[in-house]
Amino acid sequence: MSKSIDQVFLNAKQWLLSWLTGLPTWMVQVVSSLINIFALLAVFLTLFALISVLERKILARMQNRYGPNRVGPFGLFQPIADGIKMLIKEDIVPMRADKIVHFLAPILIAAVAILTLGVIPYGRNMTPFTIDGGILFFFAVGSTTELAVFMAGWGSNNKYSMLGAMRAIAQMISYELPLIISVLPVVMVVGSLAPDRIVAAQAEYTFGLVPRWFVFTPWGAAAFMLFFVSGLVESNRTPFDVPEGESEIVAGHMTEYSGFKYATFFMAEYIGMFAISGLGITLFLGGWHAPLRALEFVPSYAWFFAKLSVLLFVYIWIRGTLPRTRIDQIMNFAWKFMLPMAFTCIIAAAVWHYAGRGLRGWLWSLFVIAIVYAALSMLLDTRRKFAPRVYRFAE
Amino acid sequence: MNSAAFIVTAIFTVAAALAAATLRNLMHAALSFAAAFVGIAALFFLLGAEFVGLALVFIYIGAVAVLVVFTILLTRRDVGKDRGFNWGGASVAVAVFACLTWSILKTQSLAIGAPHIATLTVKRIGAALMTTYVWPLQCVGILLTAALIGALILVMEERR
Amino acid sequence: MTPTLQVFLIISATLFSIGLLAVLSRRHAIFILIGIEIMLAAANLNFIAFWRFGPQPQPPTGVMIALFSIAIAAAEAAVGLAMVIAVYRHYHTTNVDQLDQLRG
Repeated sequence: MSKSIDQVFLNAKQWLLSWLTGLPTWMVQVVSSLINIFALLAVFLTLFALISVLERKILARMQNRYGPNRVGPFGLFQPIADGIKMLIKEDIVPMRADKIVHFLAPILIAAVAILTLGVIPYGRNMTPFTIDGGILFFFAVGSTTELAVFMAGWGSNNKYSMLGAMRAIAQMISYELPLIISVLPVVMVVGSLAPDRIVAAQAEYTFGLVPRWFVFTPWGAAAFMLFFVSGLVESNRTPFDVPEGESEIVAGHMTEYSGFKYATFFMAEYIGMFAISGLGITLFLGGWHAPLRALEFVPSYAWFFAKLSVLLFVYIWIRGTLPRTRIDQIMNFAWKFMLPMAFTCIIAAAVWHYAGRGLRGWLWSLFVIAIVYAALSMLLDTRRKFAPRVYRFAE
Repeated sequence: MNSAAFIVTAIFTVAAALAAATLRNLMHAALSFAAAFVGIAALFFLLGAEFVGLALVFIYIGAVAVLVVFTILLTRRDVGKDRGFNWGGASVAVAVFACLTWSILKTQSLAIGAPHIATLTVKRIGAALMTTYVWPLQCVGILLTAALIGALILVMEERR
Repeated sequence: MTPTLQVFLIISATLFSIGLLAVLSRRHAIFILIGIEIMLAAANLNFIAFWRFGPQPQPPTGVMIALFSIAIAAAEAAVGLAMVIAVYRHYHTTNVDQLDQLRG
């Protein structure tokens, strides 16, 4: 019974495809892919609409006020109002902007973000597109975002847009290295780049209680934190939202975009957030597996979306809590701290594997990570040493 | 189906490469360069070498294309036009193309269809890299480090 | 029409000649580098096509060569672009016709 609820979407798709048995195979394949794509778009665009209003409400509650609560029950129809507003706005293009480049930039960013959603396993047998090098596909396609951001900044023919685009690209390129290197320990331990295999490698439970997710190993926890922070930076979220800092450079590379194109940028940022969180769940948090063996009757996609909700809540929580960092602080952090820690995670994963994957391996890899972390903290100490205070008038 | 995808990809790639070679507007040419590499990666996918195709997208479009547009930005008085077409160059290129095509069409052993192959998994590539090709791998690592240091030194501001 | 090896080789020859056209007819240093990159990509396509259509089963030699060639081409592009920037700093031009101080 629980198995059929688990596979209900697959069975529905098979039933739909059974109407097409007479047609040639390639046509059935195309229709199957199209069904996958439509399902993916439907789910994630709805999730985007929901998160855009939930984020405002959660941020508002953290700031001790209500969020939008006029449109619909508890303000949940706000995205409809926002969508109508964006659609009927006048589309302003600067006169001397490069028309083709200005038009293509938001399309490319959104297309790239949605493409990356296609390789993540959302449930048992529910990966939209299985590619042997799925993780490499994710990062290869995701790295095209930089070119699209540059197109946006360049095509606007505006110095602030150009500056914002350069800063955004510098930030994104710097954090791509820690992002990818923090994924390498997982790939090394599993021995495959396919997301399905990585999820399957986290399927066991020690003593039937603690799941063997990679986040519960020392190298996995460190790598997950590095991955999460790099994901924050890649999606230009606070505290790393210098590219779209409203108080500094208006909206950076998105300054000259109005109406629907701005909504497309917004959507691309959120879908990038979903994709990175989805990948983090696949690599470190056990994908669609349940946390306890006793809870395996709950469908797999429900677990995936529950974990996704938790990660998105943490994203919003961090946004509401931390102030924005400066661009040179961001770059320092990436090159001087995160890159060495990412390399350490690879070494720690190797130590864990070769010391036997039990308690001994756990302790040794924890030791390696702790040593490097302590050394980096001492070397990178940037607290200014103040001179001793001299009190002049208060005796 | 395979042929339709192949024809579309081939036409797109050749058109984008031609645009990169002849467009006057520097930025448009640089962006068509990136589009040409998307087409070449698609051709690699059709040939069954998916890992190389993904590496191509990652390295060329994610890194080299960004480098190229940054360099165009940093080295302009005024991003103007560039003469894109030159009859001497065009005639040499056409001559080279004619010679290559003639030799390809003349060789009878090349008119073969695609044999059935086992999918080249990433595991096989990794195993090959670590056994047969381990020395080239280390040499490429050293070469990349040298290129990194060299490029940094070339563009460092001179201290006065 | 299923693509035969000849079709792939002709496409690779086309890309090579287009790269050659870019190298010969462009005056901006960066576009000469772009032409070189297109030529390298055409050669990679050639290697992979021959690997695919060769006698099976065969070791992935063509794929390996293409992989290393991509890495080396990226390194060469980086150093080449660094040189273009360095030359621009001294001569304030990227037009290769005007870089003739060593002539004669």
